[in-house]
Amino acid sequence: MPQKTDRMSVYWKKNLRTLLILLLVWFVVSFGFGIILVEPLNQIKIGGYPLGFWFAQQGAIYSFIVLIFIYVVRMNKLDREFDVHED
Amino acid sequence: MDILTWTYLLVGLSFALYIAIAIWTRAGSTKEFYVAGGGVSPLANGMATAADWMSAASFISMAGLISFAGYDGSVYLMGWTGGYVLLALLLAPYLRKFGKFTVPDFVGDRYYSNKARVVAVICALFISFIYVAGQMRGVGIVFSRYLEIPIEWGVVIGMAIVFFYAVMGGMKGITYTQVAQFCVLIFAYMVPAIFISMQLTGNPIPQLGLGGEVADGTPLLEKLDGVLADLGFSEYTSGRKGMTDMLMITLALMVGTAGLPHVIVRFFTVPKVKDARLSAGYALIFIAILYTTAPAMAAFGIYNVINSTSEKNISELPAWVQNWQKTNLINVDDKNGDGKVQYLADPVANELTIDKDIMVLATPEIAQLPNWVVGLVAAGAMAAALSTAAGLLLVISTSVSRDLVKNFNPEISEKKELQIARLSAAGAVIFAGYFGVNPPGFVAEVVAFAFGLAAASFFPVIILGIFSTRINKEGAIAGMITGLIFTVSYITYFKFINPGINSEDHWWFGISPEGIGSIGMLLNFLVCYFVSKFTPAPPQHVQDLIQEIRIPKGAGEAQDH
Repeated sequence: MPQKTDRMSVYWKKNLRTLLILLLVWFVVSFGFGIILVEPLNQIKIGGYPLGFWFAQQGAIYSFIVLIFIYVVRMNKLDREFDVHED
Repeated sequence: MDILTWTYLLVGLSFALYIAIAIWTRAGSTKEFYVAGGGVSPLANGMATAADWMSAASFISMAGLISFAGYDGSVYLMGWTGGYVLLALLLAPYLRKFGKFTVPDFVGDRYYSNKARVVAVICALFISFIYVAGQMRGVGIVFSRYLEIPIEWGVVIGMAIVFFYAVMGGMKGITYTQVAQFCVLIFAYMVPAIFISMQLTGNPIPQLGLGGEVADGTPLLEKLDGVLADLGFSEYTSGRKGMTDMLMITLALMVGTAGLPHVIVRFFTVPKVKDARLSAGYALIFIAILYTTAPAMAAFGIYNVINSTSEKNISELPAWVQNWQKTNLINVDDKNGDGKVQYLADPVANELTIDKDIMVLATPEIAQLPNWVVGLVAAGAMAAALSTAAGLLLVISTSVSRDLVKNFNPEISEKKELQIARLSAAGAVIFAGYFGVNPPGFVAEVVAFAFGLAAASFFPVIILGIFSTRINKEGAIAGMITGLIFTVSYITYFKFINPGINSEDHWWFGISPEGIGSIGMLLNFLVCYFVSKFTPAPPQHVQDLIQEIRIPKGAGEAQDH
């Protein structure tokens, strides 16, 4: 079944691309904004929060939640598109 | 009613609830014992995962840790939540599709090798034992402080409760008690946090209160930076740790979280691949409620402590200081004899020592909250410790009964296997209790081990096992062993053999033992890749298995062999 195998490898590539983009954001909000760029970002104040500090202790965590839910929605769509969804 | 009566009442009620749930959800088969029958809803599993994950340390100690570490404490906040992104995206859905009961199951099958399986079992056991001893100690401390009974008895009561529902109910009993425990612990954490945020900043939401203003109109964080700087400490919002070390510790904690067997196994309990993804999202929401509140509690706590003690007359200190002096969690020593408390960064002149656990445990008293809130915090801390202990005990018993006994004696009956599982759970409870009563001095030290080991052993071989079809058993075994030996040696050297030189000047590339798991993980990846490159590819049936776990369709329920 070469056709089926091809379709599966397209599915897998699309999955990998989704992962790559989401993990890039994961890296940027935590390691990037929360650690590497924390000093310059701290010059910006959001309410009483220095922005870099906010990312390190609040913002990164909120972003993580959003990332997982984007992944859930995107993969559910992809599964249906390639007819590999359950039930 | 006084504090003690409230505490007995609330702790007693919560225990009665856990026992009732345990009786209602008794496990009848190995499948129910190992993965709760595989029929847990994603929402319930999310709550159970959150309770499983948030230990006595998260509940009692984390806020205090951040109080004193300030910005540097962010490594724990990002590290212990960011791992769930890795778990949701890279591990949970595929391991669910694989559909067996344990992490060593996956390692053994994917790498078609019992040697790989045994290495994985040893890692799982080691990590879980380290963790569980700490939980039992937590139970003992809460009992002795709040119920005024000796720590030993506290541990014994804790053991009896966990024994009852983990041994009877297996994963099924644990899952549903964890759901209840999550509700108890999060309610207990949030009530004082909301009160104290209101008092300090006028904002009932602690996450916003942290960015809010104190009575005189200055932002809380700015005020705190100033107060700490005046006392000779570094600013709350800026870091002292080197950037490399911050990055490495955060990475090790994230990857370690994603590699912890008692967390991974929770994703085997949901019916579908889709549910495994969703359930990781729910779990992180539930965890984030506590993890975004903790930094607020941390800042409120240290601000309150300094305000109510620094430069105050010793005879006029608030009542909570005296109460907690009895437990040695706070100590005042008037070194210069001026009758006042000087809280200073300079250890020679400093007169106030505060244990980090104060920030959560004493909060209700510091904020002068009603007595029932104190009892509630006790019940919450207990829920956090018991739920984590139960999850770990299950990993230990499963590792013994399934990965060792059943795997090497495939002919034993299900009834016999279930008996062995229960027996080993019972053995593990007793072991944990022993270390709860007689804590080895190094419990705090070895926590770095648990995360370092999970990061350096499991994570790379599971990821490569899913995302590469070329990695073979030679690579996986060599990788796991390299990662393990490197990480264990580095931590052992700086923590036990030569603790005198455990400082930035001597660490390799400025990486502390807490962060070295990241390097162990990289080594594991590299060795795994290169050894596999020069040894034969995995057999066809394994390649088919990999293709199979990459697509959700046809997951079915978690299967026995």
